[in-house]
Amino acid sequence: MSGQVKKGYVRPLDNKHGRVDMSHGGGGRAMVQLITELFARHLGNEYLAQGNDGACLPPGNGRLVVSTDSHVVSPLFFPGGDIGCLSVHGTVNDVAVMGATPLYLTAGFILEEGFPLADLARIVESMARAANEAGVKLVAGDTKVVEQGKGDGVFITTTGVGFLPEGLHLSGDLARPGDAVLVSGSIGDHGVAIMSRRENLSFDAPILSDTAALNGLTANLLASGAHIKVMRDPTRGGLAATLNEIAHQSGVGIHLEEAAIPVKPEVNAACELLGLDPLNIANEGKLIAICAAGDADKLLTAMRAHPLGREAAIIGKVVEDPNAFVQMKTRFGGRRMVDWLSGEQLPRIC
Amino acid sequence: MKYVDEFRDGAIAKRISAAIANQVRPDRRYNFMEFCGGHTHAISRYGVPDLLPANVRMIHGPGCPVCVLPIGRIDLAIRLALEQGAILCTYADTLRIPASGGLSLMKAKARRGDIRMVYAVTDALKIARDNPDKEVVFFAIGFETTTPPTAVAIRQARAEGLKNFSVLCCHVLTPSAIMNILESPEVRELGTVPLDGFIGPAHVSTVIGSRPYEFFAEEYRKPVVIAGFEPLDVMQAILMLVRQVNEGRATVENEFTRAVTPEGNVKAQNLVSEVFELRRSFEWRGLGEVPYSALKIRAGFAEFDAEQRFHLEYQPVPDNKACECGAILRGVKNPTDCKIFGNVCTPENPMGSCMVSSEGACAAHYTYGRYKDVEATE
Repeated sequence: MSGQVKKGYVRPLDNKHGRVDMSHGGGGRAMVQLITELFARHLGNEYLAQGNDGACLPPGNGRLVVSTDSHVVSPLFFPGGDIGCLSVHGTVNDVAVMGATPLYLTAGFILEEGFPLADLARIVESMARAANEAGVKLVAGDTKVVEQGKGDGVFITTTGVGFLPEGLHLSGDLARPGDAVLVSGSIGDHGVAIMSRRENLSFDAPILSDTAALNGLTANLLASGAHIKVMRDPTRGGLAATLNEIAHQSGVGIHLEEAAIPVKPEVNAACELLGLDPLNIANEGKLIAICAAGDADKLLTAMRAHPLGREAAIIGKVVEDPNAFVQMKTRFGGRRMVDWLSGEQLPRIC
Repeated sequence: MKYVDEFRDGAIAKRISAAIANQVRPDRRYNFMEFCGGHTHAISRYGVPDLLPANVRMIHGPGCPVCVLPIGRIDLAIRLALEQGAILCTYADTLRIPASGGLSLMKAKARRGDIRMVYAVTDALKIARDNPDKEVVFFAIGFETTTPPTAVAIRQARAEGLKNFSVLCCHVLTPSAIMNILESPEVRELGTVPLDGFIGPAHVSTVIGSRPYEFFAEEYRKPVVIAGFEPLDVMQAILMLVRQVNEGRATVENEFTRAVTPEGNVKAQNLVSEVFELRRSFEWRGLGEVPYSALKIRAGFAEFDAEQRFHLEYQPVPDNKACECGAILRGVKNPTDCKIFGNVCTPENPMGSCMVSSEGACAAHYTYGRYKDVEATE
């Protein structure tokens, strides 16, 4: 996102009725105008304003943590959020659960010819708001346009950069038998919010996506003094996939208590109707933390003290198991495995 | 959640579990087949076997419509999409069933076949309305539960004068499959499958009623308990079966009285018989050709019959030689008896149909129960 156009020589973008056309990605004046009047206007900051081919950033405190995520969610606007804030939260969270402080984002936009500029503006405004709230700056970006029918409105890829203080090391391979497993709140909200919109399901209280930036929560947890070994945000594949990943990385088993896992009643109801399991459903504002059993209560208290962790719960424990199985005691009184999802349950959920 | 959690109550489960333990005779085994995939799924998902005494064994039956769909039928659907250029509308469960030539509907979709996942046949009708210049085929699978909506859709298509909509009919019938199992040599002559009773289908029975099962109870002296799909329903049904066996009775009992009546849904039955008639024979995966076990579209609605419209010729295709789906569907073998279970054949790369649907015996065991094959230690 570089370049400035002399004011007064261009007709302003028609943000009400205008649409993306091929020239907006062509490298010419129209592209510069879109960047200046739409992207830079909402997302601008001192690094973006450098106007060079790359942003030059100051050195930071600790080791560099980088994460990248592409967003193709459909619909673009869903109850509780949109692709704009989601593309910020998704990447901020990936950096934050590493234990790092996310500071910068880059964003790549693939726009479809014909996409309304008004919708694009809403999305960019939402990104700006989310970035602002999360305390991160968008420092570089790119825009491409594809012909009508070759995209689906807008796809956004974001990359997040943060710094991890020396001495702090969180990793999926650090879970050990005896450790406690915590979740920061109710699961399945994001996936069900999107599915209920797609399937036109309506509930007395609409199910909202939980999309949110978790770096405030992670900062509090790290400051709590509890020895956190693993943090991860259970997005696609849900709690089940994330716990299986950790079990495999650490070479341990995990035993869950179904009755302890928070699920909103309306999410449960929607899952019944759609034939889904909340354990497999994507979250965009929840995290899983694993810590030594002795620190579990301290960590739980710290989670619950944060607005995004009010419904936090201890949901299980790490056990010795060379097969790395995740198992669950069902509310019904039996036992079963909690396996990875097979195939694709909910396409284009984020 | 109102009216669902009540049927998953752990405290009641414990009480029924104790009652079953109290009533089973220690000197004998109880082998019950749950016919329906819905029951198989509930049993695995809620961990019902953990609440049963060791001498009560549940055998998973062939009541999973995805599992019993033979390869040749999937091949027909793939041909419609790839060779005829039709928009093929299908329930998501069928997408991954392995077909001939290393294909599946999902792989055919990746080869640019226009294959669309739908939740209901009404979605397929809408696609037909929205694409008047394309042929739209609904891949109709399922037992008696999904048949009435297909009948309604065909009638609707005629009423609207939809010229581009047709149905690849693979609807099958529950009673014929149960009879086939009871008549199979393993059950009748060899006695290798000592079936002591059946848990009868929930949703299917809301349509056909409980009466069709009376024949099995009488003729084959096998108790049948029709049960809902919630885990407490299943537990209660098992208790009722144990009692029948102990008392030497073989009758049809209805645990699912909140939805099933003896005569069923007569209106739905009439709709079905208006649009469909019996096929002389139909190939089931695992059971082979079963006479009068499936439906086809009546001549009066031939324009909506994809088999006629596209002159499709059915070609049976044998299963992978190592696959034991056939024996598993008949209750003769367990998933773990199969050499390729869990190594060659997994939910990601299913070789056999029992691994495809979450209601299939192999997928249910793989997804929910395989920890039992290698017990973990704390």
